[in-house]
Amino acid sequence: MADQTSHGIGGLTYDKSKRAWPNEANVFIALVLIILIFEALGQILPYMNGQSMLFDFNTNRDGTILNIARIKIVILQVSIIGIIALGVTQVIISGGIDLSSGPLVGAAAMIVMSFAQTELVNGNPNPKAVFGPWSFDLPVIIPILVGLAFGALIGAINGTFIALTRIPPFIATLGMFLICRGIAQWWTKGQPVSFPTEQYAALGAGMMPVVWFVLLAAVFFVIMKFTVYGKHTYAIGSNEDAARMSGINVKRHKILVYMIAGMLAAFAAIVLSSKNLTAQAGMGQFYELYAIAMAVIGGVSLTGGRGSIVGTVLGAMVFGVIQSGFTFIKLDAFYQLMAMGAIIISAVVLDQWRQQRAAMRS
Amino acid sequence: MSDIILETRNLTKHYGGVHALQDANFVLRKGEHVAIMGDNGAGKSTFVRQITGVEQRTRGDIIFDGKPVNFSGPIDAREAGIETVFQTLALADDLDVPDNLFLGREITKWNFLGPFRLLDYRSMREATLAGLEKTAVKIPNIRNSIRNMSGGQRQCVAIARTATFHSKLTIMDEPTAALGVQETAQVENIIRTLKEAGEPLILVSHNMRQVFDLVDRVVVFRRGRICANLDIKNEDISGEDVVAYITGAKTQAGYEDAA
Ligand SMILES: Nc1ncnc2c1ncn2[C@@H]1O[C@H](COP(=O)(O)OP(=O)(O)O)[C@@H](O)[C@H]1O
Ligand SMILES: [Mg+2]
Repeated sequence: MADQTSHGIGGLTYDKSKRAWPNEANVFIALVLIILIFEALGQILPYMNGQSMLFDFNTNRDGTILNIARIKIVILQVSIIGIIALGVTQVIISGGIDLSSGPLVGAAAMIVMSFAQTELVNGNPNPKAVFGPWSFDLPVIIPILVGLAFGALIGAINGTFIALTRIPPFIATLGMFLICRGIAQWWTKGQPVSFPTEQYAALGAGMMPVVWFVLLAAVFFVIMKFTVYGKHTYAIGSNEDAARMSGINVKRHKILVYMIAGMLAAFAAIVLSSKNLTAQAGMGQFYELYAIAMAVIGGVSLTGGRGSIVGTVLGAMVFGVIQSGFTFIKLDAFYQLMAMGAIIISAVVLDQWRQQRAAMRS
Repeated sequence: MSDIILETRNLTKHYGGVHALQDANFVLRKGEHVAIMGDNGAGKSTFVRQITGVEQRTRGDIIFDGKPVNFSGPIDAREAGIETVFQTLALADDLDVPDNLFLGREITKWNFLGPFRLLDYRSMREATLAGLEKTAVKIPNIRNSIRNMSGGQRQCVAIARTATFHSKLTIMDEPTAALGVQETAQVENIIRTLKEAGEPLILVSHNMRQVFDLVDRVVVFRRGRICANLDIKNEDISGEDVVAYITGAKTQAGYEDAA
C-alpha cells in the first residue's frame, strides 16, 4: 500500500526539494524586471541620453557603481506608506480590508503634533500652539503614546463593527475614512499644527523613516510567521468557519488585527509629521490605496489567507521603483497616477489568475 | 465503571416543524466501532451535530464517559475527548498539514507573550509525522499548503487530525463520500488503525461493503428515528437485510414506532 519510494515515515514525506515555489520569489523577479525595464528605457528613449536610474557608471564619488542617492530616495519615499502597508497586509490576510488608514494618518498627525509642539519658538510663544500656553515641552513619549492610543481606538472601532455586525469591512472602513477626515479638520478647525520639539523632530529626520520601516517589518515578519497571532490571522482569512470550529476566537482576533493596523497607521503619522515638522488635515491622501497596492503587488491575496510581510516589503520596493522610474523617464504626474492605477488593477487580475490556475491544478 | 462511552436517551431535534431527530436511544461501548446508516435526510448528520455540540438539542440526554454532558460548542466536545470529522471539511486551505492538525490547539512556547506566543513548529511537525505514521497517505510535502492536495489527501488530513489526538471517541460523517477507490482505502486503513488502538468510532456511511468490512454493529436511521440495531459481527445479517431496514421494507422488533 505505502509508496516505498517515498522517504518519509509511513509514506508521508518531508522533502525540502518538493516545497512549493514561494510567491515572494515571483515578486522579487518582478522587481528585478521592472528595474531592468527602466534601465533599458534610460538607454532607448532618445531624450534620456543613456542615463541609468539606479547605477552610476560615470562618477565614482561614493566608491560604488550604484546611484546611492537615488536608491536612498526610492526607499525613503516608500518607507512611511510601507509602515501602513505592514498593518494593511495583516488586515487583508485576515480576509478584511482597511480603507481608513490614509485619513487616520491625517487625523493622528494633527492630534499627535498638538502634543508635540514646543512652547517657545525663538524665545517667543509658539504662534501655532493648540494647547497652553505652558512654560514647558511635553516629553516625546507623550505624543507617541497619544498617537498609538488613537490608532488603537480607531482600529478597535473598525474591528468591533466588522466582527460583531455583518457590515462588510469595505463599508465599515469607508465610513471610518470620512470620520477620520472629519476629525482631522475639526481638531484645529483646519489650521496646520507646526513647530514640534527637537526630540519629536528627530523621530522622522533623515533616514529615520527607513529605520522604522525596516525595524517594524522585521518585528511583524516574526509575528506573522512564528506566533499564534500570525497563524490565526492566516487561518481566519483562509477559512473563517474552520477557524471558528477549531476554537479560535475569531471576533476577538479580528478586533486585534484592526487595532494593530490602526496603531501602525498612527505610527506612520508620527514619522511623517516629524519628518515634515508640521501636520495638516489633508495628510495621507491616497495612502490607504497605496498601502493596499503595495500589499497586493507583493502577493497578498484580496480574498484573504495568503501573502506575507516579506512580499509586502518587496511590493513596497516595486511601488517605489515604479514611482521614481516614472519620474526618472520624466512622465508627467497625471500619467503617473493613471499608470499606478493600471498597475494596481493588473496586480489584482494577476492574483485571480494565479488562484484559478491553482484551482484547476487540484 | 461501566464500559459504555456514549449513550443518548430520547435525543430529539426539531427544526421548527421538521422532526429531524426523534427519541434516539443509542449506546456505544468502549472500543466498539458502530456504523450509522440511513437514507438521505434520515437524520444522521443531525444526530452527529447534537452529540458534538454544533447544535443544541431540543430534548433528551447525552451521557459521555459516564457523565451527562451539555456541550456549548464543538470545542467543548473536543476538549471532553470527542473528535469529529464533519461532512463539510473544516480545513484552512492556505495552511500546511501540521498547521491544520494543530489549528486552535497549537503547541507553543514563551506563553507569557499571550497572543504573540511562539509556535513550536518542530514539535508540531514531529507530532504530525508520528500521528500519521500508520496512515500510508502520500503527501509530497507536509509543509506545503493543502490547497493543491487531492480530495482524498485533504480528507486524510482531516481524519489524521482526529487520530493524532488520542480521543475518547471519534465520529466521522460520510468520510469517503467524495473519494475515489484508492483514497477510500486509505481512509479505511486509518479506521482500522483506530480499531486496533481500541478507540471507539461512530461512522456515518452509505457504503455497504465498507460497513461490513469495518464495523461491529450497524444502527439504521429512518425519518429521524432509529429503526434497527444490527449486530453484524455475530448474527447472520446480509447487505440486503440492511437495505430493507433502510428503505422501510423491514422494521426490527422493538423499534415499531419508527415504522
Ligand atoms: N438546519 C436545519 N434546518 C431545517 N431543517 C434541517 C436542518 N438540518 C437538517 N434539516 C432537515 O433534517 C432532516 C435530517 O437531515 P440530516 O441530518 O442532514 O440527514 P442525513 O445526514 O441523514 O442525510 C432533513 O429533512 C433535513 O432537511
Ligand atoms: Mg448527512
